[in-house]
Amino acid sequence: MATPLIAVRDLTKIYPTARGEQVQALSRVNLDIRPGEFVSLVGPSGCGKTTVLRILAGLIRDYAGSVSLRGQAMRGPSKDVGVVFQDANLMPWRSAEANVMLPVEVLGLDRKAMRPRAKELLAMVGLEGFERKLPNELSGGMRQRVAIARALIHDPALLLMDEPFGALDAMTRDTMNVELGRIAARSNKTVFLITHSIAEAVFLSDRVLVMSSRPGRIVEDIRIELPRPRDLDIIASPIFSSTVVRIRRLLDGEDATALPSIAH
Amino acid sequence: MTDAALRIAIPEPRPRGAPLWLRRRPELVLTPLVFLVLVALWQAVAWSGVVSAFVLPAPSAIAASLVAGLRSGLFLQHGLVTLAEAAAGFAIAVAAGLVVGTLIAEIRLLERTVYPCLVAIQTMPKIALAPLLVVWFGFGPGSKIAVAAIISFFPMLVTTIAGLRDTDRGRLDVLLALGAAPLRCLVSAKLPGALPHVFSGLSIAAVFALTGAIVGEFVGASAGLGYLIVQANARLNIPQVFALLLVLGGIGVLAYGTIQALRRRLLFWAPKEERSSP
Repeated sequence: MATPLIAVRDLTKIYPTARGEQVQALSRVNLDIRPGEFVSLVGPSGCGKTTVLRILAGLIRDYAGSVSLRGQAMRGPSKDVGVVFQDANLMPWRSAEANVMLPVEVLGLDRKAMRPRAKELLAMVGLEGFERKLPNELSGGMRQRVAIARALIHDPALLLMDEPFGALDAMTRDTMNVELGRIAARSNKTVFLITHSIAEAVFLSDRVLVMSSRPGRIVEDIRIELPRPRDLDIIASPIFSSTVVRIRRLLDGEDATALPSIAH
Repeated sequence: MTDAALRIAIPEPRPRGAPLWLRRRPELVLTPLVFLVLVALWQAVAWSGVVSAFVLPAPSAIAASLVAGLRSGLFLQHGLVTLAEAAAGFAIAVAAGLVVGTLIAEIRLLERTVYPCLVAIQTMPKIALAPLLVVWFGFGPGSKIAVAAIISFFPMLVTTIAGLRDTDRGRLDVLLALGAAPLRCLVSAKLPGALPHVFSGLSIAAVFALTGAIVGEFVGASAGLGYLIVQANARLNIPQVFALLLVLGGIGVLAYGTIQALRRRLLFWAPKEERSSP
């Protein structure tokens, strides 16, 4: 087995609340992600999924436990990581292409050399011919595609995605899932996806990690034995539906014991 | 899908009655009409002799005075003096407001120490400083520039701080996840994001700067439109006072229009309500 790209050991995070109390968001989270793997993390709202992602992205630095990238302890943001957030978070004054080029400028890479790559990435996410468009001229789904191209421009080893399609309508979401599966397979990226859609997680992933509600811990690690990339036909397969039901039960059982939670 | 496939010819509905532009923008005709009616009423009142011509001169007398003032070059000469003072004060206020506002918004210690002092000063009517500033900076343009700069500094400061505080967290996260330094975050996300607020500040500051220059001239000057107004008032040349007010109005509209044009150019990306005037 290959050495993990990301290894998280005993990750614990406590937030102070405004009233001076302490809320434990994560409790001893352990996870490994191997190169080329597509791993999803599902769990009820408020279980700390986003906290895990923000720690991996280097946006939260005060936590207990350890996070290592290729065996090296992670200290803050890494240029080996690309992040896609829940909202596209594009700079509205920059064209689609200029938004994709933003990491190139921030990381001080060669702009001239990277411009063709930005065009290629936009074409890969299906936005050929939209290079000059401003974000407010694009639909929600198109903006999120730009955000995916932006996260890939500096060729990071790991792509982190925090409910990237949560704000999209169901049909656009299905299309985006198929394309994400294709993009991940084609660019051979390691992907860590946060979602509260069980079907989305099962459809896209090699492994689905199931998280309990607060304090978040990983209660199950489920392997999806279906070849990737997949098309929407697999939704009809017995493995798909039995896995979805299994995760659903895990989360429901979790809900019976946990107090305030709205699982989907 | 190609563009051509999407381009379906939709026949324009045939306009009936008033032309299309008039139905879309009725204010283009109605606003001048309201203005003309008001001027006609005014003229009628002046002719009737109910109000003394000293108190309320007829529009025709004001127009004659305006034409005379423009023809002789008197208004242009003094108008340029006032405009230059206001512009210099405005430029100083914009630069200082942007720099100080950015420092206060970015550095917590400054926000806690300097900002309360500035808020305290802001609550004071700064126009009252004009006589003092004339003593300090003399009767020349210096004192007028100082008054204009001081009163237009605060709207710039406040809107810059408000704009920077309004920074979109999500855009910032994108930069922070790339390990961007604070200066990079400022340049690539915060300052451009603050522009809609800053432009509100610029519109207010432009009008304030003109006001400051005029008040400075009222207090003590030997040139400028404010000086001419005081002179005309003393000679009871009321039509000229009104004519000068019209010139000031014209300069104000010009300044405002310039800023709006700049706003439309720089805020091409903003939602429509942020692009037009506040």
